[in-house]
Amino acid sequence: MIVAENLTKYYGSFPALKDVSFKVDQGEIVGFLGPNGAGKTTTLRILTGYIPPSSGTARVGGFDIRTQSLEVRKRIGYLPESVPLYKEMTVTSFLQFLATIRGVTGIRREDRIKEVIQICRLDEYSKSPISKLSKGYRQLVGIAQAIVHEPEVLILDEPTIGIDPRQVVHIRQLIKEYGQKHTVILSSHILPEVSQVCGRVMVMDQGRIVAVDRPENLAAGFGGPQHYEIEATGSEEKILALLQKIEGVLKVRVEGTGKTRRYLVESQTDRDIRDDLSSAIMEGGVRLLGLKSQDVSLEDIFLKLTTKEKE
Amino acid sequence: MRNIVAIAGKEFRGYLGSPSFYIIIALFLFITGYGFGWSPALFIESSIQGFLDWGSFFLLFLGPALTVRLFAEEEKLGTLELLLTAPVRDTEVVLGKFLAALGVFSVMLLLTLYYPLLLILFGHPDLGPMVSGYMGIFLLGTVFLSIGLFASSLTSNQIVTFVISSALVLFFWFIGEVGGMTGEGADRIFQLISLSTYFSDFGRGVIDNNGVIYYLSMVMVFLFLTIRSIETRRWR
Repeated sequence: MIVAENLTKYYGSFPALKDVSFKVDQGEIVGFLGPNGAGKTTTLRILTGYIPPSSGTARVGGFDIRTQSLEVRKRIGYLPESVPLYKEMTVTSFLQFLATIRGVTGIRREDRIKEVIQICRLDEYSKSPISKLSKGYRQLVGIAQAIVHEPEVLILDEPTIGIDPRQVVHIRQLIKEYGQKHTVILSSHILPEVSQVCGRVMVMDQGRIVAVDRPENLAAGFGGPQHYEIEATGSEEKILALLQKIEGVLKVRVEGTGKTRRYLVESQTDRDIRDDLSSAIMEGGVRLLGLKSQDVSLEDIFLKLTTKEKE
Repeated sequence: MRNIVAIAGKEFRGYLGSPSFYIIIALFLFITGYGFGWSPALFIESSIQGFLDWGSFFLLFLGPALTVRLFAEEEKLGTLELLLTAPVRDTEVVLGKFLAALGVFSVMLLLTLYYPLLLILFGHPDLGPMVSGYMGIFLLGTVFLSIGLFASSLTSNQIVTFVISSALVLFFWFIGEVGGMTGEGADRIFQLISLSTYFSDFGRGVIDNNGVIYYLSMVMVFLFLTIRSIETRRWR
């Protein structure tokens, strides 16, 4: 659906994007992840035809963004990061205007507006001026305008920034639902968001894509030691001895005081050793209160990937 | 075409919803009404010359004031990103906004129609100069609006925009006056590019082809420059 080839963008002499290539298939939800200034917004703006690349090009649905911008823009719904809206307009008239300039008119326009107002749960506010809405509802209006013409590709720049948690959940759900039939690209620097919503993540840093994979593969491919946390009651020496006997255990650290303590186990292998851990402890006659594996979080991967270059 | 209408309609409603627009209308009616009512021309020849003089003078302020927000504000609020990533041509955006400004200016002119109406009811005015005078002030306003629109496309700062468009408008209005100081050759050129030279003809009841063509070509040039300016802002 989207093919980007060697996209490069200079702002003056500053390279915001360096030779970025990627592909997004139809029906995928892809997340661009990276710190501020990584080039996420620049990439999205190039795809939406707002700014041209300095070199390289991209095709959306087979249309070239440089030479067939109008065709590309017909197929895209876009919510910029700053959520720009015409604040003096009411929600309905705003949606009417954007639907019209995107080619949705007549009865179909009115039906579709009713639909997106319902999807975005804006019914109560449909007649309110946008200036009266809270940040979260403005964000929803922003999403409503991006999907009002049912674009094949939905592009959202930081869609859940600065809004309350319930609305975040709602917006993520909206994105997932839209992504079932359409292609969605979003950018974020909120890692759990990307891992919850996206099927594939592209990690960007300093104008480059430094990693592309499914969120869980990114974690797995990261390698390194696995961590487990055990909560158990009993004598510390006995438990330590039991744990250290297990194959693959590298290090055990004890946390807490009193009868119940937490034991942080580091293992060498990729293999899940939770089974070994629990049976060892039970057999030793110790009371096991809790056991969980600490997944390598996307934060860890992210920090590792984005700080690597400087090392 | 549909896009132009949609954009023009949205901008037109934007004007109607803005308080400053009504202040501008009130000022316009006050100043032109004063000019019309206190002009010796009203009593001597029962003409609207007073309205034309004061009206054209007020347009030097009105043109930049009406257009200052059209692009500068969108750029500042970021809504231009919404507009320029929609499947609309830059030309459609520019024409839509221009037509909206022209629309509200026309409304303002319609509101002044009671000046000639009073004359017709209570006097024996010469209709020719009135018709050509209105045509002149409409064309002049059109030129000023296109200049203002161009200035608005250059920057996101409304004050800078206002300064640029006022400077351009004043330049093309008063350039004819400096001719006397520079000698004959230059004077001829300054007279030719001065908007005020042609405007006085309109007031006298003369519809000069050169004037109409010059005004319309100014509009075309500035609309063209605006379109280019919007296009190049994608490349900045």
